[in-house]
Amino acid sequence: MMENQNELAGLPQNEMSAKRKATNTVVHVILGILAVIWVFPIFWVIMTSFRAGKGSYSTTFFPDALTISNYTTLFTDTAIFNFPRWFGNTFIVAIFSCVLSTFYLVSIAFTMSRLRFKGRQTLLNIALILGMFPGFMSMIAVYYIIKGFGLTEGPLKMVALVLLYSGGSGILNFYVAKGFFDTIPKALDEAAFIDGATKWQVFTRITLPLSKPIVVYTILTSFMAPWIDFIMAKVIIGSDAKYYTVAIGLWNMLQKENIYQWYTRFAAGAVLVSIPISILFVIMQRYYTDGMSGAVKG
Amino acid sequence: MAGKGAVNGVAKNEITVKNALKYGDGATKCSAIIFGAGNIAKLQVIKGLIYLALEIAFVVYMVTKGFGFLGDFFTLGTSTGDKVFNEAKQVYEYTQGDNSMLCLLYGLVTIFVILAVYALWRSSLKSAYQAQLLTENKKYVPTFVDDIRALFDQNIHKTLLALPITCVILFTILPLVFMISMAFTNFDRDHQPPGQLFDWVGFKNFAEIFNSGSSLAYAFWHILGWTLIWAVFATVLNFVLGMILAMVINRRDTKAKSFWRFIFVLSIAIPQFVSLLVMRTMLQPEGAINVLLKNMGFIQTGLPFWTDATWARVTVIVVNLWIGIPYTMLQTTGILKNIPAELYEAARIDGANAVTIFVKITMPYMLFVMTPYLITSFIGNINNFNVIYLLTAGAPAAMEYHNGTAGKTDLLVTWLYKLTIDLKDYNYGAVIGILVFIISATFSLIAYRNTGSYKNEEEFQ
Repeated sequence: MMENQNELAGLPQNEMSAKRKATNTVVHVILGILAVIWVFPIFWVIMTSFRAGKGSYSTTFFPDALTISNYTTLFTDTAIFNFPRWFGNTFIVAIFSCVLSTFYLVSIAFTMSRLRFKGRQTLLNIALILGMFPGFMSMIAVYYIIKGFGLTEGPLKMVALVLLYSGGSGILNFYVAKGFFDTIPKALDEAAFIDGATKWQVFTRITLPLSKPIVVYTILTSFMAPWIDFIMAKVIIGSDAKYYTVAIGLWNMLQKENIYQWYTRFAAGAVLVSIPISILFVIMQRYYTDGMSGAVKG
Repeated sequence: MAGKGAVNGVAKNEITVKNALKYGDGATKCSAIIFGAGNIAKLQVIKGLIYLALEIAFVVYMVTKGFGFLGDFFTLGTSTGDKVFNEAKQVYEYTQGDNSMLCLLYGLVTIFVILAVYALWRSSLKSAYQAQLLTENKKYVPTFVDDIRALFDQNIHKTLLALPITCVILFTILPLVFMISMAFTNFDRDHQPPGQLFDWVGFKNFAEIFNSGSSLAYAFWHILGWTLIWAVFATVLNFVLGMILAMVINRRDTKAKSFWRFIFVLSIAIPQFVSLLVMRTMLQPEGAINVLLKNMGFIQTGLPFWTDATWARVTVIVVNLWIGIPYTMLQTTGILKNIPAELYEAARIDGANAVTIFVKITMPYMLFVMTPYLITSFIGNINNFNVIYLLTAGAPAAMEYHNGTAGKTDLLVTWLYKLTIDLKDYNYGAVIGILVFIISATFSLIAYRNTGSYKNEEEFQ
């Protein structure tokens, strides 16, 4: 195969391979440089998290002294910024909203993909149109509606966050899962109906087991949302530090009045949040790729 | 004659509200006023009672609250609250005025309730008519247990969609309608309830944005211009560079493919608020990048990454590449592998070099497959709140943009956010939101009309 091509290109064997070697080296060097650029900020934040001192500004690029005290004080010095508590808050919100939104998304995707009923196309079109409004447009209105329910007092703020992360605009992102369900052959459902199965049984016994990749993908994305989002949380939680999620908490550490005291601890907190989220993200990517290649292979 | 009778029979057997009112018996017609009457007459007692209970709840709501809310919806409140001298206590007492915002919200909720009851009315009539037809034809009339069972079989879509649709109505549609109606009021920082009232003003806010003399219009058109420039650059550069990166990694001769992929994916695996906030501090006048460049002797004074308008605009586009290129790489890797190998084979036989192959085969193929993706990501970039807000928060400030409410790197959405959350100019925020929607909708319509998956959804089933 290779030799064929070289002959076709009309070049002698060794000249070609020398040229290829040169190209290969150049390509790898460029990839190396790009990799350094891409990893640099990550490397920088890790390095900062071990730097002695507190502020963001340093006259030297590499830290003068290394310490792990940024990590320890994050957990011990909780008077102003209570990192463990934010972590707990976010975790609780993430668990509940993950369960609810997986249920919502899978239900919608299944209904829209596998069932045919009156009004289906209308609902799909409405979802499409609603998705085109900028999400931030109605944020303040959402806040007042949540306030109308009385969910802006104390710990109820976290209930509000769960409701909004699971039932908010994210619910309109069912197209990925719907696309997946679309690939499951209709013949499977029909065979089950002939055997006397109800639609509920088809949903729980046939579609769901075949859809593991996309269900896992949905679970992971909805679990990650509360860790990543900070705008919705900021609007709902306001300045009540007790109910901060990690994102708002860390963002606050970088505000002008705090940055000189908290920058290195911000870096430590950022590293602690990023590690689990990055792992989940990489796992999620694998399920996404599996999901995209269809349910029934062969 | 027989034929005509059959046609009539078919028309009559169709379960519609019109037929129910036309051909329904006494009980069915009665359902139009007393919900569920028809069902109760046909021995579907529980179902009938549920209809009836809902109707009673609605009537009680309307009499006690609903009509009042509807009235307030049109006036948006009339009294601002007053202080009244209390003779007995010898002090001034403040009476609570009307809260225009709550008038607007409760009025909308009432309108939603009325629409829901209209749907309930239709459903009650249809259900009664169906029970009537089944009884007339001596067929089995489903019991309440049968109805419940049907919710897990032929009516399963109602069961599965009930909660999600409730959520969409509460947390997406109601807020949107609420916000859209604010665009037609003067709900700005000078009309803040409680204490002050706002009122309907029609299209005045739209007129102001399109009136070329106003500072609002100046800010709007300039920010719109930058938003479009940003969206074009962010989309096109990310697409082309990300695709090239994917091709370089996927070349047959590239070693350690998964290692390279991992490195680039790592940068998007980290939450954006972390990576963008780190970038922001690194690029400060005294930040890490300037320190590094100074130490290496390239520059004497720090580069003005965030302080100069042009620098800041270029910087946000470049930083966005850092996030966007790996995304495109992930998206395109699979599709690149799907390009038929024969095409490349044939091109090589014809003596085409790498550049020609890229321009003549890869690009056209990718553009064909990914146009919908490109348009979606273009819209995504118009609405790219995170990158701008976390990196610059709109800075550097621009006094000429509607009294400094926006900065040089603000997009329409970040300006919208500032106007509503920080400055409480809800009316202008709402107008901008509507305009952004119109822009996005136009592009989306073009995109969806042209995709295969929209045209023939059933193709692969």
